Amino acid sequence: MTFDQIRIILTEKIGAEFVSGEDKGELQPQLNVHADSLRKVCSELLSNSDLYFDFLSSITAVDNGTSVNTFDLLYHLYSIPYNHSLVLKVTIPRGTDESLPSVDSICSVWQGANWQEREIYDMFGILFNDHPDLRRILLPEDWIGFPLRKDYQTQEFYHGIKVENPISN
Amino acid sequence: MSQRVIEFIYKEENLRLSEPNFFRAEDLKPGEMIINLGPQHPSTHGVLRLEVLTDGETVKEVIPHMGYLHRCFEKHAEKLPYNQIIPFVDRLDYMAAMNSEHIFAMGVEKMLGIEDKIPKRTEYIRVLVAELNRIASHFIAVGTYAIDIGAVTPFLWLMRDREHINRMLEWVCGARMLYNYIWIGGLFYDLPVGFEERCREFVTYLRPKLKELQQLVINNKIFIERTANVGILPLNLAINYGISGPCLRASGLRYDLRRVDQYSVYPELDFDIPVGEGQVGTKGDCWDRNYVRVLECYESLKIIEQCLDQLCGNHKRTRDFDPQAIAPKKIRPKAMDFYIRGESPKGELGFFFRSTGTYDIPARVHGRSPCMMNLAVLPEISRGVMVADLIAILGSIDVVMGEIDR
Amino acid sequence: MNLSQAKTGSGGIVLTKLDDVVNWARLSSLWPMGFGIACCAIEMMGAYASGYDLDRFGVFPRPSPRQSDVMIVAGTVTFKMADRIRRLYEQMPEPRYVISMGSCSNCGGPYWEHGYHVVKGVDKIIPVDIYVPGCPPRPEALIGGFLKLQEKIRNEQNLSAPKAIQNLLNQKQASS
Repeated sequence: MTFDQIRIILTEKIGAEFVSGEDKGELQPQLNVHADSLRKVCSELLSNSDLYFDFLSSITAVDNGTSVNTFDLLYHLYSIPYNHSLVLKVTIPRGTDESLPSVDSICSVWQGANWQEREIYDMFGILFNDHPDLRRILLPEDWIGFPLRKDYQTQEFYHGIKVENPISN
Repeated sequence: MSQRVIEFIYKEENLRLSEPNFFRAEDLKPGEMIINLGPQHPSTHGVLRLEVLTDGETVKEVIPHMGYLHRCFEKHAEKLPYNQIIPFVDRLDYMAAMNSEHIFAMGVEKMLGIEDKIPKRTEYIRVLVAELNRIASHFIAVGTYAIDIGAVTPFLWLMRDREHINRMLEWVCGARMLYNYIWIGGLFYDLPVGFEERCREFVTYLRPKLKELQQLVINNKIFIERTANVGILPLNLAINYGISGPCLRASGLRYDLRRVDQYSVYPELDFDIPVGEGQVGTKGDCWDRNYVRVLECYESLKIIEQCLDQLCGNHKRTRDFDPQAIAPKKIRPKAMDFYIRGESPKGELGFFFRSTGTYDIPARVHGRSPCMMNLAVLPEISRGVMVADLIAILGSIDVVMGEIDR
Repeated sequence: MNLSQAKTGSGGIVLTKLDDVVNWARLSSLWPMGFGIACCAIEMMGAYASGYDLDRFGVFPRPSPRQSDVMIVAGTVTFKMADRIRRLYEQMPEPRYVISMGSCSNCGGPYWEHGYHVVKGVDKIIPVDIYVPGCPPRPEALIGGFLKLQEKIRNEQNLSAPKAIQNLLNQKQASS
């Protein structure tokens, strides 16, 4: 099933207002979705018998930089019986240090999203609403900052050891 | 020599602050215990910490803690050109480095649009070394699993056979374990002269050894008693958690990305996909996962033989074959987002690239780690088992911490 | 070998120094704590296995730090792991030695430049005796590291009380 057919089936089922556009890139087209309609779109993609996207491959977050001031979240979905794939994209504003950006969690749809969302929180500082257990997964709990952001500054010391190499920078 | 001073300041509460326990001692009921299988443990396959809440000997809840090997792969990938990221990709899954490199190189080549120009000889060599590495990775998986179960002999036998593979790959590219051999657009060197004959000898040597392995470990009554009906993974749970690779195939689904996505020269090769059938015990238990891995070694040998036939026949070595001919000097894909996935010995290894179109350096690289998704199901399938069974289940999932922590 | 070769009569009596005998006993049965963190752990396992047998040197891996003489830090040391390494080192009884295996634990390795979570060398956490370079070092290199450690032990002259008891004796002398 091609990307256009998937989009038509989806918008017929739940309405066209949830989908905000598409990016027909070079190789893999992306379906842009509003941040607050994410969970509805995902549960429809899983439960619809023509689409049946049962395999969540990966969730990725990309920092677009401080000038554009947004984060992109990309969801790569595959369907095992029908052998078609889809990429969903959600764009959220960057937020500030006090109020971190947030988006709905889709752990209730695909349980494999649990640890992937924890990792995105750890690396980027994006909160997920209704996540069962949102805490840091790869970095220590007392680490300061979110490393994969573009404006991340490494802290000077951690438990007495200098973090940066004295030769670099 | 004198500049190396100990800078570390040790405080007791740092341990609790940097990785606090999920369970608290105040909430325990009588008879319950919190056991810590800490980062240093003979059977956690690397630095994984398991916090286990037990009721006597039965496990009630397992919380894995990871991140003890987080080596900032994605941050390095944002600062280096595409071809310089290949050594870091090696070190993600260090048992099967050739497979990781293959998938990464394939992704960048698809972004550049040069995947049709790669010579067939290069593709066959890539598949050959990737399948050799797949056998080596499965050997370590089954060997260390046997040590967890309590048998030391299979480990020594499998390490002996793995040494042969290491020596052959050292002959090809100079390094025993972390190769930096599959480059974007080709290979580092061509195969050395005489390699094809040695490889054929190795294949004929290894087949009876795999049969011995089956007799010693897989069909061993004690092994069956320890692993059958333990850690049963139902298929719908596996798919919902995003599990792939031998763990998914052991639960009954014949899903292999080499067949589904049809990348590289796999469509031209003839091999079966083994699935678990629950011959001793239930479908999807620990025994099935190990049995699928051993059967995959047989299939890899078939693929290696077919590659050798092609490399000695249709795509013989010629004097003017240069594996670095297509490798571009400046790797600058157009601005796009691209996700490539492939079948590594652990499951579906995927790389997501975002390129800006103006730099040689990617804007974002994300590695989708199969071991992390496979490990996420551990708390679900180990409720109500004994602590010894928990070790058996953890070993059968076959985790490599370098990939989980990235 | 500093053991004197003078034999007395035809019986098995050898004349030597106590230092040499104790050092010889210590270096002939170094029991490492198996502490494999990353890729170097696989080469360490390869060194223990039958191809490059380390058991012929008396080296036999022990799972617990309380029963081991030497700790081989094989792999990248991260900040999260730093506290745990220090704790394991403190648990080892003296005399204890540390072999830093691989370039990640020597100096940070390939992750020295942009690795925010990588400790640039395990000697920022614990004192190291032998550095084995390589990424990963071959099993023969690890065996070479053990032989160098044996050289170091052979030339030690510390048949004295361990530091803790020495400190206690000093304190007692100072107070009395």
